[in-house]
Amino acid sequence: MKQPDVVKPEFGIPASDLRAHAAAPAEQGATSTDWVVETDGLTCRFGDLVAVDHLTIRVRRGTSFGLLGPNGAGKSTTMKMLATLFPPTEGSAHVAGFDITTHAQRVREHIGYVPQTLSADGNLTGAENLLLSARLYGIPRAERGSRVREALEFMGLADFANGLVRSYSGGMIRRLELAQAMLHRPVLLFLDEPTIGLDPVARRVVWDRLNQLRDSYGTTVLLTTHDMDEADHLCQEVAIMHLGRIAAQGTPTALKDSVGPGATLDDVFSHFSGGGVLRGERYEDTRQTRIAVSRHR
Amino acid sequence: MRIPAKPGSPSAVTVSLTRSGAWGQQIYAIADVEIRKLLRDPTELATRSLQPVLWLVIFGEVFNRVANVPTGTTDYLSFLAPGVLAQSVLFASIFFGIAVIWEKDLGIVQKLLVSPAYRGALVLGKAISAGFRGIVQAVIVYLLALLLGADIVTAPGSLLGGLGLVILGSATFSTFSLIIACWVRTRERFMGIGQVLTMPMFFASNAIYPVSIMPGWLRWIATFNPLTYLVDGLRSLMIHGNAGHYPVGWDFLVLCFAFGLLVALATYLYPRLGR
Repeated sequence: MKQPDVVKPEFGIPASDLRAHAAAPAEQGATSTDWVVETDGLTCRFGDLVAVDHLTIRVRRGTSFGLLGPNGAGKSTTMKMLATLFPPTEGSAHVAGFDITTHAQRVREHIGYVPQTLSADGNLTGAENLLLSARLYGIPRAERGSRVREALEFMGLADFANGLVRSYSGGMIRRLELAQAMLHRPVLLFLDEPTIGLDPVARRVVWDRLNQLRDSYGTTVLLTTHDMDEADHLCQEVAIMHLGRIAAQGTPTALKDSVGPGATLDDVFSHFSGGGVLRGERYEDTRQTRIAVSRHR
Repeated sequence: MRIPAKPGSPSAVTVSLTRSGAWGQQIYAIADVEIRKLLRDPTELATRSLQPVLWLVIFGEVFNRVANVPTGTTDYLSFLAPGVLAQSVLFASIFFGIAVIWEKDLGIVQKLLVSPAYRGALVLGKAISAGFRGIVQAVIVYLLALLLGADIVTAPGSLLGGLGLVILGSATFSTFSLIIACWVRTRERFMGIGQVLTMPMFFASNAIYPVSIMPGWLRWIATFNPLTYLVDGLRSLMIHGNAGHYPVGWDFLVLCFAFGLLVALATYLYPRLGR
C-alpha cells in the first residue's frame, strides 16, 4: 500500500533521522533518555492485513503524545505491541530505554497500560483492585497502604475505596483504572481511548487528572483517540494514523495551520485520514469497543 | 542497554524482592482476589453442590438396588460416592475457562499481562484459587454420603488427604480448562468444546464403574485419564476397605505430574489472551 502523499514530514521527525538513531544506540548516551518511546519500522500483520506498517515514532519524556486515526488505523495494535502484549511482526521499538522484544519484562516494570475495555474488576472494591496491582508490581508491603491511598486521593476516589467497583460510575471506573496504572509510578502511561463512552463531565474530570498527572509526576503519556477535542486538550504532539502508517505528525496547532486558516483538528483528521477506512477494523475489535462503551456507561 | 529511567525513579521497586519472594507474592495476590470474589458471591458454590446431590440421591440410590456392578466387598453407594465427588469437581472445573475468556474480553487479562508479574505465577494463582472452589463440593458429598449410609472413613488424616486430592484435582482440571480458553479464545467455541470433553472424560474413567469391567481399549484410555487417579485416590481415602486400585501415593503423584504439565502449558499459552 502506498503511503498517502499528504505526509508533512516537517512536523514529524524524518524517518531517515530515526534509522540513523536506531542504528547507533550506543552513541546516543544521555540524549536517548529524552525519548521514552522510539520505534523503528514497527510492523504488525494479521495474515494479509497489515495493521501497522513500518511505523516510526518518538515520544518525548514528560509529554502527552496522541495517536489519532479512524477505527482500524492501527492505533490500538501499535499500543499493544509497545505495551508488550504481543511482539511485532517486523521492526523494533524501545520503551523506557528497553527493547520491547528482548527486554519485555523490563519494559513492563516501567509502564502502565489502561486498555480501552474495562480492566477494573467489578467484583472487587476499588482498594482491592489497587492492592492487586501493588502486589503484582512488587511494591513493598510498608509502602502499599500509602501508595494505594495516594492514588485513590489523586483520582478523587478516596471516599469510595471500599465500595464495589460494580457500583461505580463510568468516570469513576476510568479514574480507578488510571489509579491502578499509576500506582507503581511508571515512566510512561499507555491509554487506549481513555474517555471512550464517558459523558462530557466525566470526560473533563479524566482530562484534568491526566494533565495533573503529567505535571505532578512528569509521567509521559501515549494515548490513542479518535476524539479531536481530547487530543486538543491533552496532547503536545499528535500523529494521525491511516492504514497503519503516520499520515501527519506535529503539534495540534501546527497541524491545524497546515490544513488552512481556521481549521480545527476535526478538519485535520478528515484531511489526512481520507474520511475513514473501508477495511482494517476486525470484528473482535468492534466487539471489544462496544463492550467497553456499554460497560462504562 | 540505554538508561531506562531517571535516577531515583521509584518504578523499579520490583527489584527489591527476591525471585521466589516475588513468585509467592504474585501467586498470593491472584489467589487472594479470586477467593475474595468467590466468598462475596457464593451463588456459584451453591449451584455447584446441586449436581453431586442429584447423582448420589437419584442415580446412586437406584443403582444401589438394581445394579450388578462388581465393586468387590464395597456396596455400590460407597463405591459411587468418591466417583461423584471427582465427577462434580471435573464438571465444575471444566468451565473455569469461561470466566477467563470473560476477563479477556473485559481487559482484565491484559492488565495482568502488562504487569511485570511472572506468567507462571498468574497461572498458578488462578489454579490455586480454583482448587479451593472444590472444597465446597467435598464437604457436600462427604456429608451426604454419610447421611445416605455410605461406608465413609472419618479419620482426620483421611479427611485431610481427601480434601487435598479434591483441591489438587480441581486445580488440575481448571488449568486444563484455562488451556482450552487460551486456545479457543471465544465463549461460544469454549462451550462446545467443554461439553464435548466432559462426557468422554467422565465415562472413560472409574467414576461410576470399575476399570476392570471396561473393554481393553477403554481401559487403556482410562489409564491416561487424570480423573481415574482422582477417583481412585478418593476411593482409597474416603471409604473403608482400601477400595482403590492404585496406592494413594501413586494417585497423588500422577495428579501432581498432570498438574505440573498443564501449568507449564498454560503458562506458555496464557499470554496469547493479551492479543
